[in-house]
Amino acid sequence: MQKRESAIKAAVQKHGKERKNLLPILQEVKQIKNYLSRSDVAEIGVEMGLALAHVYGVASFYHFIDLEERGQNIIWVCKTISCSMKGSNDIVMTLKERLKIKLGETTSDGKFSLLETNCIGWCHKGPAMLINDEPYTDLTPEKVIQIIDDYYTNN
Amino acid sequence: MAKKKVKRVDLIFKGCDCNKVLTDALKMPKEEIIQMLLDSELKGRGGAGFPTGLKWKMAAAEKGNRKYIICNADEGEPGTFKDREILDQIPLKVLGGMALAAYVTGAREGFIYLRHEYRFLIPKLEKTLETFHQWMEDFELDFTVKLFIGGGAYICGEETALIESMEGKRGEPRNKPPYPTHDGYLGKPTVVNNVETLVYSMMVMHIGSGEFKTMGVKGSSGSKLFSISGDTPKAGIHELELGMSLDDFVKEFGDGNTKSVQVGGASGFCVPRNRFKEVHVGYEDGLKGYSIPTGGSMMLFNSSRSMYNVLHNYLVFFEEESCGQCTPCRVGCQQLLKGVEAVKYGEKSHKYLDDLLHLAATMKLTAKCGLGQSVANSFSSIVENFREEMIY
Ligand SMILES: Cc1cc2nc3c(=O)[nH]c(=O)nc-3n(C[C@H](O)[C@H](O)[C@H](O)COP(=O)(O)O)c2cc1C
Ligand code: SF4
Ligand code: FES
Repeated sequence: MQKRESAIKAAVQKHGKERKNLLPILQEVKQIKNYLSRSDVAEIGVEMGLALAHVYGVASFYHFIDLEERGQNIIWVCKTISCSMKGSNDIVMTLKERLKIKLGETTSDGKFSLLETNCIGWCHKGPAMLINDEPYTDLTPEKVIQIIDDYYTNN
Repeated sequence: MAKKKVKRVDLIFKGCDCNKVLTDALKMPKEEIIQMLLDSELKGRGGAGFPTGLKWKMAAAEKGNRKYIICNADEGEPGTFKDREILDQIPLKVLGGMALAAYVTGAREGFIYLRHEYRFLIPKLEKTLETFHQWMEDFELDFTVKLFIGGGAYICGEETALIESMEGKRGEPRNKPPYPTHDGYLGKPTVVNNVETLVYSMMVMHIGSGEFKTMGVKGSSGSKLFSISGDTPKAGIHELELGMSLDDFVKEFGDGNTKSVQVGGASGFCVPRNRFKEVHVGYEDGLKGYSIPTGGSMMLFNSSRSMYNVLHNYLVFFEEESCGQCTPCRVGCQQLLKGVEAVKYGEKSHKYLDDLLHLAATMKLTAKCGLGQSVANSFSSIVENFREEMIY
């Protein structure tokens, strides 16, 4: 908790208190635990001198600022049409089985959360997904299992 | 009417000495650069097609010395991926275009608004910015560019929503006018240009407006990057002259069994096979038949595809991405989605589709921004052309 509070203070100090810096501050604080808790949102509001309602309104607007607790790594599978035509459903099914979770859930070891998202700009190489910031393309069920296994061995 | 076969172009990604292009351009009077852009008839490649020279001229005419240049790299339209490739391959050309805009308008600060999904490009872009800022020092042009990373919201590609989000607010579009060139970021004159537009502004300086205009057709001059996906053996990014007919496009990129092409992404139009010949890809004026301006998303569907699934996928997209600020769009998207499901599952008669078409038309008239206004494009063009597929 202490660490978190000081991280928020540091982020606000680094970017400055003006409202225009809200999104970069939310993004920076979110990086620490991969999501923003209610108290983070409140704390950011206090530090910046902005109403809690405003900060919450902004934080909840953006897909990649999670307000729910997430795992260490977040998998975002593209569900938009070009990927869907190339079999993104199979990719999601494979991931569900491999990780033993449903969409929106986090593995019991806290390693992965599985989510869907809209077009991520790799439509010619679908199915595509992001794990955190890293894009993975031309996916097959075998390939995703390998990717997940590699995460478990390497990280 | 010049009817163009598909003509490939190699301009955008071709190696060019950006430093030299800038050195020469920054010696020219500002008015001359604007005139070259106006002569080239370069139009914005982000989708709306506003003349780039005119946009810069308007921002240049604004008083005051705080102005901003924003490169719109929010690329969220389903089926578009060319801006990512540009930023990955030739970021200096993009920054060069921003420098030109800064020189012409007197802006001293710029931003690249990069969508969250492209965060993997940050290290590379930061590095390129170092080189670029060194150039700016050498040219004695007081202009710095920073990255601004989006939070993940399609609507933030809309220029006023983009500005709102940069100001620490929800990405909710503003009413226009005032336009950003007058009242943009932090209330100051702001030029918002698409990534590709900025590159073409450099290319016009490089090859000259006359040469640029030899490509394309009247009113739709030059070339454009197309992001091609779906049922095609040639998925990828292709630079083509504007003005081609969809028939020629499909001959080149189809898989021999193309049933329809979605031009312009989820917010664009679905063209069925029997209309390929009469539809051209370019901006309104100068093209006979129907013309479709586009950010370059081309999705091909062959006859194995259910157009219901396509439409359903688009509607889910819009329902999620509507900013929710105005009622016609917020409620309209939900109702269209529920409506097509109800017809498909037999809970509503097929006549209900006419009510939904009416709703889509109302959204086009009453929604506040381009998102809500363009839902009708794909909705109506799919429902009207593939009605049976919506029902059975
Ligand atoms: C819903 C919506 C999404 C948009 N998304 C983008 C986008 O991702 N990238 C872009 O350049 N323009 C996008 N635009 C268009 C911008 O509002 C703006 O017209 C464009 O950035 C201007 O640049 P240009 O003149 O160089 O095309 C979008 C418009 C709407 C209505
Ligand atoms: S049309 Fe849709 S996206 Fe645009 S302002 Fe209205 S609710 Fe928001
Ligand atoms: S449709 Fe999946 S990346 Fe574009």
